[in-house]
Amino acid sequence: MGTQRYLLGKVVQLVLTLFFVLTLTFFLFHVFMPGDPVRTYLKVQGAKYTPAQAAALKHEFGLDQPVFPNQYARFLKDTVTLNMGVSTIIYPNASVTSIFWSRVGKSLILITTSTIASIVIGVMMGIYGGWRRGGWVDNSSMTSSLILYAMPEFVLGMILLLIFSTWLGWFPAGGYDSWPVHQYTGLAHVADVLNHMALPWITLMLAYLGEFYLLMRSSLLDVLGEEYITLARAKGVREKYVLRRHAVRNALLPTVTLIALSFGFILGGVITVEIVFSYPGVGLLAYQALEARDYSVLQATFLFAALAVLIANLIADLTYAYLDPRIRRA
Amino acid sequence: MSVLSVDDLRVTYSTKGGDVPAVRGVSFEIDKGEVLGLAGESGCGKSTIAGAILRLHSPTTKIEGQITLDGKDILDLSPGKLRAARWTGASIVFQGALHALNPVQKIGDQIVEAITVHRMADEREAHVRAGALLEQVGLPPRRIDDYPHELSGGQKQRVMIAMALACNPSLIIADEPTTALDVMVQAQVLKLLRSLQHDLGLAMLFITHDLSVLVEVSDDLAVMYAGKIVEEGPANEVFHTPVHPYTKALAAAFPEIGDDRFRRRPSGLGGDPPDPQQIPSGCPFHPRCAEVTQVCPELVPELWDAGSGRFAACVHATGAPSLQTTNP
Amino acid sequence: MKTETEPIAPSTTGTEVALPKRLSPRKIRRARRRKALSRFWSQFRVNKMGMFGLAIIIFFFGMAIFSIFANKGRLDPTITTNGPILASPSWAYPFGTNLQGISVLSLVVEGSRISLFVGLTAAFISMVIGSAIGIWAGYRSGYSDIILMRTTDVFLVLPWLALAIVLAAVFGANMWVIILIIGLTSWAGTARLVRAQVLSVKERTYIERSRALGGSDWHVVTRHVLPNVMPVIFANTILTIAIAILSESALAFLGLGNPLEPSWGTTIEDAFRNGALTLGKWAWLMAPSTCIVLVVLAFTMVGFAMDEIVNPRIRER
Repeated sequence: MGTQRYLLGKVVQLVLTLFFVLTLTFFLFHVFMPGDPVRTYLKVQGAKYTPAQAAALKHEFGLDQPVFPNQYARFLKDTVTLNMGVSTIIYPNASVTSIFWSRVGKSLILITTSTIASIVIGVMMGIYGGWRRGGWVDNSSMTSSLILYAMPEFVLGMILLLIFSTWLGWFPAGGYDSWPVHQYTGLAHVADVLNHMALPWITLMLAYLGEFYLLMRSSLLDVLGEEYITLARAKGVREKYVLRRHAVRNALLPTVTLIALSFGFILGGVITVEIVFSYPGVGLLAYQALEARDYSVLQATFLFAALAVLIANLIADLTYAYLDPRIRRA
Repeated sequence: MSVLSVDDLRVTYSTKGGDVPAVRGVSFEIDKGEVLGLAGESGCGKSTIAGAILRLHSPTTKIEGQITLDGKDILDLSPGKLRAARWTGASIVFQGALHALNPVQKIGDQIVEAITVHRMADEREAHVRAGALLEQVGLPPRRIDDYPHELSGGQKQRVMIAMALACNPSLIIADEPTTALDVMVQAQVLKLLRSLQHDLGLAMLFITHDLSVLVEVSDDLAVMYAGKIVEEGPANEVFHTPVHPYTKALAAAFPEIGDDRFRRRPSGLGGDPPDPQQIPSGCPFHPRCAEVTQVCPELVPELWDAGSGRFAACVHATGAPSLQTTNP
Repeated sequence: MKTETEPIAPSTTGTEVALPKRLSPRKIRRARRRKALSRFWSQFRVNKMGMFGLAIIIFFFGMAIFSIFANKGRLDPTITTNGPILASPSWAYPFGTNLQGISVLSLVVEGSRISLFVGLTAAFISMVIGSAIGIWAGYRSGYSDIILMRTTDVFLVLPWLALAIVLAAVFGANMWVIILIIGLTSWAGTARLVRAQVLSVKERTYIERSRALGGSDWHVVTRHVLPNVMPVIFANTILTIAIAILSESALAFLGLGNPLEPSWGTTIEDAFRNGALTLGKWAWLMAPSTCIVLVVLAFTMVGFAMDEIVNPRIRER
């Protein structure tokens, strides 16, 4: 069946990309990396650097073996089994995977919910703006969308923080919850977290809303110029069904594809927004790892980011397959 | 009994660059079972007329005059009644080739939509009827489950025709139905249209720039230039003995195989059709006319009698007022 | 051998350019190009959005050029000045001062140079890579096409900031590394677009004609394909500049900029790190931010305007 072939192709592409990403990571972190990893490791342990210990460690890490294929194969095996080493600077000696577990959930909740909201609202507004082209709603939405598009996400975050936290005091200035100042539990804790998550969530939601609005609107305008729209009207179909059955169903397809392309940028936005709001997610972790040159953590965050975007793209591909009936026929 | 009566139709588009008068006073009548061919170059306004009959233009376009379809004044209908009249009174066959069919909807569903929108049948009956319609146009009924991209150009055109018949209209407007097709396929589609029109007793308005096609299909023929009809009459007369110089040039540009005249005479018409916003004074054709006279840039011609049932908007028509009376 | 090119921009009544007396192929080509450009300009001139954006761009370019001559050496962060620290906006200091007492206005004017330079250069690199790959893939077809497009798809999907962080961590962070990073992570969109355009140009018969007459690949590409792909490339590059400037600001915000070569992004980063948010020192943050927004907005508007002129489908809407 066409759908299976389509999805298989997409999964193959995903695996290829993942492979590329892993190889790239390996090259960057194990071939080009500055500094001596053994020396750093010993320093973190608080142990003295002796040639004997260094040699022993070198052997344990497999660094005395040839880069290809031994070190490469070992790297692949370690990564897939989630054995990603220990943090050297940020949380000395803590396993990278354990650091991740505590952070990933926070970031995922933030990104997925805000992105979904942004897409849904942006697309609906775009349909409306494209359908009622030229009205005051369309013109003001166009202008605000352009401005939002031109604004870096962290600038938007800082504006919201200034207004709603520093000046109005409605929201906290950052963080995840009020621990240890207030140690809430249960529902109160949830409310506390939501209170802290509000501003970064709104920031991320608004940051890409403009772009999705413009994309959907543009797609719809393209479709409205096609002859089958005129034909539908000539058949006597009511306007709202012309919009729903003929215009939107076609305009949605390229929009989905284009939205998927912005996932990479959204991930970048998450990093800077988490910095602005000191939100303890993977983004902030990447920043901290960068500052501290904590390579094992850095490596893991990069792989996580790539994997997240790839999975998001796969979901987009699934959505596309669902929306386009021609795929089943291919 | 006239199915469609158009009286002094004027259509003006509003664009950023000002008003564009695409149709400047066109009148004609089509009776039941009759085929009227409408010919002219691109931009003369013929497709605009097609859209005007069913009021498919954007709300900013000004339509004046009178259009009577099946006894109803189209320009006066409320939106609900207009929608009811569409497709049941008159349907359109577009230039099917590119994107006249919804790419993500099965063709059967698109035909069914026409039927159910007018509540002529329920879903199941409509599907059966769609299959029957496909058979009528020479396609196997099982194709109702196909998507447009699975059909060839000619097949898509047949689907368009089947769809046009779905609500038993009195009039079919064929807007360049064969232009984008290969010659062989063109012939097939034309044959189909002719036989359907004849068997079902439909009135048809056939719009194209290809005069030779019209001569085969139409009973009467009208030639348009710069938003007005410049010659009209029985198809054979107009094509074989044209009076208006524009018709002569058009006819010469489409040779008929076997007709001796064409083999020896090179033909072609220099220049371009006029910009609707800058129509030449007097007779709009005078800058390109091979038989232009002194009065042409000053006299706006009307459809004068030109003999054997023809009317031509040209000073060379036999029924045109004498040239002397128009000299100052 | 005289070669023909189809008109680049659709015809309107443009200014006629007199053909030179001694006609040579090159002179004819140049005259045609001049005519196409003047046609393009007459269409661009009436586009309100494009002209507004252009005005802003000229303004900031002027600012950058001014800063080359004006501020040399005055903004060395190792020098302590006598100015008031963290002052609020006033007549003397329209945007206030930073932690070292330097007027934020001077920072903004000085920052325009780096921000614009990095944006333009990175976009240029991205354009060159993307166009080369797009043209090669589109023109060659076959295996080259498949391999190049799969690679493009990989780069299209990668999260650029994460990759940039990693590259900066490994290779260090100075202005040129940042330019390279941005250039290397943003070419994929251009490649896809250029390839599509090349594919549509390839269909045109004058390409067949040229090859039948014995035109080599290089000749056909440079003389026929390139002139017809250039308008699309150019419009896309303008939009890429906008993205590059945004990217530079993000990287600077991450601390990857060079404090000795201040840009708008580094000023924002400096302000943020020193607590401008909690102190409510909004001018320090918003002055460089507004500049970024204005410049990106300007390039985007010009890019959209060019898109309308170059892409007939959009104009018809």
